Amino acid sequence: MSAATSIVVDNLRIRRGGVIVLDDLSLSVASGRVTGLLGPSGSGKTTLMRAIVGVQIVESGAITVLGEPAGTPLLRWKVGYMTQNPAVYGDLTVRENLRYFARILNTGPENVEEVLETVDMTAFGDRVVNRLSGGQRARVSLATALIGDPQLLVLDEPTVGLDPVLRRDLWKAFNDLAAQGKTLLVSSHVMDEADHCHDLLLLREGKLVATGTPADVRAQSGKQDLDEAFLVLINEEIE
Amino acid sequence: MSFRATFATALRVLNQLRRDPRTLALLLFVPLALVFLLEQLFADRRQVFQQIGGPLLGLFPLIAMFLVTSITMLRERVSGTLERLMALPLAKFDILAGYGLAFALVAALQATLVSIVAFGFLGLHTQGPSWAVVLLAISNAILGMSLGLFVSAFARTEFQAIQFMPAFILPQILLCGLFTPRSQMAGWMRALSDVLPFTYAYDALHRATALGTFDGRFALDVSITLGVTVLALALGASTLRRRTG
Repeated sequence: MSAATSIVVDNLRIRRGGVIVLDDLSLSVASGRVTGLLGPSGSGKTTLMRAIVGVQIVESGAITVLGEPAGTPLLRWKVGYMTQNPAVYGDLTVRENLRYFARILNTGPENVEEVLETVDMTAFGDRVVNRLSGGQRARVSLATALIGDPQLLVLDEPTVGLDPVLRRDLWKAFNDLAAQGKTLLVSSHVMDEADHCHDLLLLREGKLVATGTPADVRAQSGKQDLDEAFLVLINEEIE
Repeated sequence: MSFRATFATALRVLNQLRRDPRTLALLLFVPLALVFLLEQLFADRRQVFQQIGGPLLGLFPLIAMFLVTSITMLRERVSGTLERLMALPLAKFDILAGYGLAFALVAALQATLVSIVAFGFLGLHTQGPSWAVVLLAISNAILGMSLGLFVSAFARTEFQAIQFMPAFILPQILLCGLFTPRSQMAGWMRALSDVLPFTYAYDALHRATALGTFDGRFALDVSITLGVTVLALALGASTLRRRTG
């Protein structure tokens, strides 16, 4: 494994409820970059992310994360995970939620305030999560992933349902984190977001349709619009 | 496992209770109302109140903690927070111990309050010391918590979890010896009560309150109660899966 790779997936096969969700999937994610995991709903993005953070039962294949097999206890200190549905305690305030994660990860309250700043939720810190809007709740969930300054961030659709200004700010924050040397794997089912990423992984029905930078994907397909590019590449795959 | 993660979890669970003052009030004050009702019900038959008052004091926290834990843990499973915790440097034992610590504290408060009312104001008398009832109540609360934790794995909805109360707890209350001495039960009922943990929890309370005897049989009762608690916790831990399908 080269030093510049944070995640290596080798011949991964995962079955959920008797159905093969990911079949013979191999890919890698470069360190210090924002990699977009794109594909329609049901393409296997969440399953792949669950496998990378070590909470998914894997049928066969191997996943190496930061040089260790996925799911190794040590990795739980180094990998931040944001689930697709906000996994926070609705009956606690934003700060109480984040302090719980901070205590587990052995970091102080100043880290909580930093993270609140990053997701632009400082003003809502003392609000009970159940009283927040869906988008605000998603940001609290994102904030839990940022606690403890993890080396690798696995974010499952962090920008879904957010307004355009906030989306732009978050993508900027992701790029800033990458500039600091963090690795980010960010999923989305919205092609428009692909241009915010350094690298792309296009997933469809559990298979990788295309990889490369947004420019590479445009060149492969001969299309400027990434939505169209995806369609062309899927059609090539089917033929 | 780590003390830090255990304490963090206990603190989080207590915070959740604090943020839900209605539940907390119900937990702490309903037993007071019930024990008052019981005293009034047997106002002209004091010996009945004296006989069942003590054991009931020690069983309230068991029932309350069973309910609270099964619902709270079900919520963790359904809402995705459990999956989230499994991706953190937190041992399963930290989660269980955190819950245990938080609920033991609530149970201690509940048992103390109801004991003050029953012993102090309602004239309840027991042969053994009243603190023995409080201690047994706390240990029973932890038993209730571990049973609730375990059965939460078999419920998909909060409706189902609530129905486990009549399904798991009521038969045990009927058969534990509180209503009819076990010696007067039909053979099959007695055999059934032999394998139910409530029987031993009740017997310990009965010995501490009605008889005031802390003999070998009392020690056996307490050991069995603690043993079942550990067993239920171990089974409960096995239902917390780091990886799921």
